[in-house]
Amino acid sequence: MIQQVENPILEVHDLTVSYDSKPVLWNVDLTIPEGALVGIMGPNGAGKSTLIKAIMGLLPLSSGYVKLFEQPLDTIRQRISYVPQKESVDWDFPTTVLDVVMMGRYGKLGLFKRPSKHDKEVALQCIEQVGMSDYIHRQISQLSGGQQQRAFLARALAQEADLYFMDEPFAGVDAATERAVISLLREMSTAGKTIIVVHHDLQSAQHYFDWVVLLNMHLVASGPTKDALTESLLEKTYGGKLTLLSEIGEQMRKTNLPKDIR
Amino acid sequence: MTDLLEFLSLRDANVRFVVLGTILLMSSASIVGTFTFLKKKSLLGDAIAHAVLPGVCLAFLLQGEKDPLWIMIGAFITGFISTIFIDLVVRKSKIKEDTAIALTLSTFFGFGILLLTYIQKSGNASQSGLDQFLFGKAAALVGSDLYNFATIAVILLVVVFLFYKELKLLAFDPDFARSIGLKVNLLELLLTSLSVMAVVTGIQAVGVVLMAAILITPAAAARYWTDRLPIMLVLAACFAAFSGLSGAYISYTLPRMPTGPWIVMVISLIAFFSFFFSPQKGIISRWWQIRKYRHAIALDNLLKTLYQLTEKEARTDKWFSFEEIIRKRFFTDKQLQHTLQKAKNKGFVQCKNEQVYLTAAGSEKGQRIVKLHRLFELYLTEIVKLAPDHVHDTADKIEHILTPELEARLEEKLNYPDKDPHDAKIPR
Repeated sequence: MIQQVENPILEVHDLTVSYDSKPVLWNVDLTIPEGALVGIMGPNGAGKSTLIKAIMGLLPLSSGYVKLFEQPLDTIRQRISYVPQKESVDWDFPTTVLDVVMMGRYGKLGLFKRPSKHDKEVALQCIEQVGMSDYIHRQISQLSGGQQQRAFLARALAQEADLYFMDEPFAGVDAATERAVISLLREMSTAGKTIIVVHHDLQSAQHYFDWVVLLNMHLVASGPTKDALTESLLEKTYGGKLTLLSEIGEQMRKTNLPKDIR
Repeated sequence: MTDLLEFLSLRDANVRFVVLGTILLMSSASIVGTFTFLKKKSLLGDAIAHAVLPGVCLAFLLQGEKDPLWIMIGAFITGFISTIFIDLVVRKSKIKEDTAIALTLSTFFGFGILLLTYIQKSGNASQSGLDQFLFGKAAALVGSDLYNFATIAVILLVVVFLFYKELKLLAFDPDFARSIGLKVNLLELLLTSLSVMAVVTGIQAVGVVLMAAILITPAAAARYWTDRLPIMLVLAACFAAFSGLSGAYISYTLPRMPTGPWIVMVISLIAFFSFFFSPQKGIISRWWQIRKYRHAIALDNLLKTLYQLTEKEARTDKWFSFEEIIRKRFFTDKQLQHTLQKAKNKGFVQCKNEQVYLTAAGSEKGQRIVKLHRLFELYLTEIVKLAPDHVHDTADKIEHILTPELEARLEEKLNYPDKDPHDAKIPR
């Protein structure tokens, strides 16, 4: 069940991504409609984070291309926001919540410019939206996991983007944060923003998302939640590892095939 | 003493040069070093510092004299090549970064020593003093030489100032930096170049062997005193400047002494002082904090024990002997004396002739600890479904840390219970 849409906000065409010449994502073809709240689901090692990192240009593509707003990434970066996995940064870094959120403004500022008063106002407002106003000057290592995630979310909001990619924003957060985050994401989606989230929990997925992408090294399904989140498709995604596919990948790593071979 | 005053008065033009020079060199190197420290690339600085030696020697061999400009250029080139070399080894082989750094460092430094020995044996008259680049000689910074070094130091400071927010983002969250379109590879190249330049400026004063300490140690020390990057940068610069100053003084008063080791000793002392004595993260204050917890918990336990004793007697005005207390819960004599004294000072107990009496305030506090203990035991059996004989030890810890807010939520969750899993009354 792979449903393609007209005028997609995101188009992934025949995308293959490899680590160390071993493909971890095989020939992904998908389109996402504007304004959708999308969940990317799949078992561990399915390539969920890899997919959004590849879309954001953080990993080299072995084949295929990505178009956002029908354009290549570099021309429309200002309209896109990326929230890395919380664990990808050192939370002992000497900085405050406000400073982290201000980083969301750097993309608009450009080189050499210092953030203005307006930037600070936007940042403060974003901090308020995630309910962190009491922690503005808190050192980031003193935050709980949920608060760290909120700080990251506020930084994304400060980017004032139209398309958001979030890598596991619900991982390791408390129930209150999860509720706050999902209602914020719904609000943003209602306001016309497109949000693409890597998510783990099947139970909540059907309530959270209106579009679901099922992934297990290759694309299993992409479509409206009620069509994509079916028992048989879930069985296909989670049931049984794709041993053959990953063994072939392993073989490619071992033989170290030159990249330009056809 | 007169030496020190003479030195500090900066009346001597040479002293002025040396002092200003070392302060600039040390502080600019430490500011660049702060970013490599935060990026967790501390070892890279060490590799660069060792790898500039062959450059120094090659420049001398090609030029035939100790022209500081040529020496700086030579040092910069081999220092920079070493970073490319490390990067190549990591990317193109199975060798990991730490091994690649160690390999590169020893290879370049070994080659440098080889060249240095060759030069020294060659009988070239102008070679004398080239070995100062090994351990540094601040007093050798004179007149025009200094301008070259100081210019680079100023360039370093200006570049860091201009790229401050990009370098910060590079160190904190490189993936995000790339996602907003920053050229992360170029920024990394910039930081590497800055590190090489910082090392090159410092070799005259500190020497190649120990220059890495100036990049990293001030930052490591400063991190103990602040959680703000701007303050950390200023502190690192001050620590480095102070150690540079003391190095210059040594060089001025003891001309035969190499300055590098002195500078490194001073900055290391500052670092050790920070590790031990910084107010929040220092070892002493953390140790003090733990001691305070221990005492608070001992007090909790004493009041809990006394409360449980009065509970058994079903009266509150009873005096208890030390033996009765220790029979109920073990305290060493010293612990008991100390904790009783504290409880007395706070008005929780009264003591007379080795007998103890729990006051109303003490009873209230003891009661709360007992209540939290029993509440949490009940929570573990009812909600977490643990066996009743597996919950006591956990509850013994948790009872000391539950806040009134968590207490209220526990009670609500358990629907305001009367009895704990062992049928003891939960006091209210």
